[in-house]
Amino acid sequence: MSFATVFFALLFYAATAILLIGVGMRIVQYARAPAPLKIPTTPAPTTRSGVALRMASEVVFFHSLFKANKWIWILGWAFHLGLLLVLLRHLRYFTEPVWTWVVLIQPFGIYAGFAMLAGLLGLWARRLFVERIRYISSPSDHLMLILLIAIAASGLAMKYIWHTDITAVKMYFLGLMRFEFHPLPTEPLLMVHLLLVALLMIIFPISKLLHAPGLFFSPTRNQADDSRERRHVTWVSAAEKPAAQTER
Amino acid sequence: MADFETPEVKEYLEIPALKQGVMSHSKPFVSKEQFQEPLGFPGELVENWQQVAVDKLGELLKTNRGLRVFMDSCVKCGACTDKCHYFLGTSDPRNMPVARQDLLRGVYRRYHTLPGKLFPKLVGAMDLTEEVLDQWYSYFHQCSECRRCSVYCPYGIDTAEVTMATRDIMNAVGKGQKYSNEIIGKAFKIGNNLGLPEHALADTLEGLEEEVKEDTGVDVRYPLDEKGAEVLLVTPSADFFAEPHVDGLIGYGKVFHQAGISWTLSSHASEAANFGVFIGSMENMKRIAMRIREAALDLGVKRIVFGECGHAWRVAYSFLNTLAGPFDFLDPRYPVPQHICEVTYDLIQRGALTLDKSANDHRRVTFHDSCNVARASRMGDIPGGQFVIPREIIKAVCNHYYDMAPDTIGEATYCCGGGGGLLTDDLMELRVKGALPRMQALREVTEENGVTHLAAICAICKSQFSKVLPYYGFQMDQIVSVHQLVSDAIVMAPRQ
Ligand code: SF4
Ligand code: SF4
Repeated sequence: MSFATVFFALLFYAATAILLIGVGMRIVQYARAPAPLKIPTTPAPTTRSGVALRMASEVVFFHSLFKANKWIWILGWAFHLGLLLVLLRHLRYFTEPVWTWVVLIQPFGIYAGFAMLAGLLGLWARRLFVERIRYISSPSDHLMLILLIAIAASGLAMKYIWHTDITAVKMYFLGLMRFEFHPLPTEPLLMVHLLLVALLMIIFPISKLLHAPGLFFSPTRNQADDSRERRHVTWVSAAEKPAAQTER
Repeated sequence: MADFETPEVKEYLEIPALKQGVMSHSKPFVSKEQFQEPLGFPGELVENWQQVAVDKLGELLKTNRGLRVFMDSCVKCGACTDKCHYFLGTSDPRNMPVARQDLLRGVYRRYHTLPGKLFPKLVGAMDLTEEVLDQWYSYFHQCSECRRCSVYCPYGIDTAEVTMATRDIMNAVGKGQKYSNEIIGKAFKIGNNLGLPEHALADTLEGLEEEVKEDTGVDVRYPLDEKGAEVLLVTPSADFFAEPHVDGLIGYGKVFHQAGISWTLSSHASEAANFGVFIGSMENMKRIAMRIREAALDLGVKRIVFGECGHAWRVAYSFLNTLAGPFDFLDPRYPVPQHICEVTYDLIQRGALTLDKSANDHRRVTFHDSCNVARASRMGDIPGGQFVIPREIIKAVCNHYYDMAPDTIGEATYCCGGGGGLLTDDLMELRVKGALPRMQALREVTEENGVTHLAAICAICKSQFSKVLPYYGFQMDQIVSVHQLVSDAIVMAPRQ
């Protein structure tokens, strides 16, 4: 077994664990923290099903962002939709036999890779050249985009320029899922691609990538506007209860 | 007039080029011990303030889900950067909502996240130095907690919540704002923000009754502490005498009179405003809110109605049930609480009021959506009722009504520039500059539709506009209460 085989095996086990446990812990923190007051940004839906619709329009269409800025919206949406398709396309490296719908989306996955890259480059250009966005950017904000661009570019390069033995790669990951080690091809581009993906997984739970779970817990979006109809009480401790509760 | 320049109102509202630090000098007067102590805050900056602040932030993160999610979720997309009226009016990049949040987020990252502890520079984390505290004090008092930014953020990040949290932290270390804290003290001690004692209030109301009698020949009552009345009216204390507020109060009285609804004000809860929300203090907000419950119980009323006040309506509509509920002792046929506009609108719908629109023919009116009503509450049964109901009332009493540009009203409304505990003379520059987007929109309807009056349903908006309209070449009396328009149009026949 080569060094790369073992190294990447350990790396991906660790990265997966960090991703799942880290994000899981964050979600528990979000869920445990009480939302003391009703603060939906109104006009807001008055029912739970209305809230589900509102959330769906945020998750699927980035509705608020659409209202805010069409450039950021189109670039961000292209990137995220592209990423989603690319991820789904990658399912074929983790399933045997490959599910039919995954086979069907393969060609779209390729276009999606370009859409994703274009979106990312556009977003980075805005971060570099729009004064307001440059002002609010930390080094990590640039690095995050560079990381994603590098992942997308290395992936596309493997598809179009320097091919790798994709069957062997698939064997390798299928093996990892059963705790068996198969040899991993060692083309530099593949190494880079895998290394960066692992890095992304590791920083997910400690970076702004937490916006993904965060959106679902955002009280301005996930609360129903029903404060007059339903008394909202999530007091943390008895000491914080309003006098009214004990009084009557 | 002042040592700053009023921004120029141009053809279109421009997104300004950044001018770093141009508003860093803007700071309200710092509170003193006598104003801090009644609210339960230290009188001056405590010795180990850094530790206290970091701990307080930690506590808030655990007890306020919104804050925690907002601290983590921002991706610096920039969508909110051109949405704040204070940025548009001042050009100071720290007034971009995300940059304002980052003043707290940087500290959050430094003390409460791993990457911030390990690589502060990389992730924009910063030590909580005296300089940072200074910036907090300056820029978290340049946010009117209007929530305009939260409409546009893809994660609903609400800078108002961040501002409230930071003000709460600043109060915990003893660096409070004089204006808000002094006023809260007055509400506790005397019952209202203006410090108007009971007998003065009674006199004022008597004076109003005489005035209305003189005007209309009808005995309209403005009762105080009347047990057994059906409605407890809770209204901002500005309504008791200042123009244009008091004309609104006169209007409420006429509406109740014509509808035959018995009502009363309370000297115990002679204030709708709840500045506890501005300083992000649950405890103080609850204490202020409880007075309303106590007054309702004491007077034995069946309904609670709120007068025209933006943030008060937010606290009433969204928080009162949580803070001081349950209100199961009130008449279940009415929502608790109700807005005076809901009451008037229902009466108009039922044909219970006789209205003579022509009484307002000398006015061409537009309506300013107050931020807390627009983005933090509702009226009526359907989402967005808070936009429909006041407009329908105005249209029922005025022949000439014109909306301002669509991207400046409704959920996109621009703050008047004086909300969120900033309505103080020591922040005049900020208030004038922050009013720019609204003044721009007003100028447009003035030129296109000959609008002469700006109607509002918020005491803060009304006071702010009276003050800043002249800076932009308008007259201070162009701002009117919605119920002033109602008052002028309502046909008062002596009740049989
Ligand atoms: S819109 Fe939201 S996510 Fe984007 S920069 Fe502003 S606060 Fe951050
Ligand atoms: S809440 Fe309003 S005042 Fe505060 S940052 Fe957002 S837009 Fe500006």
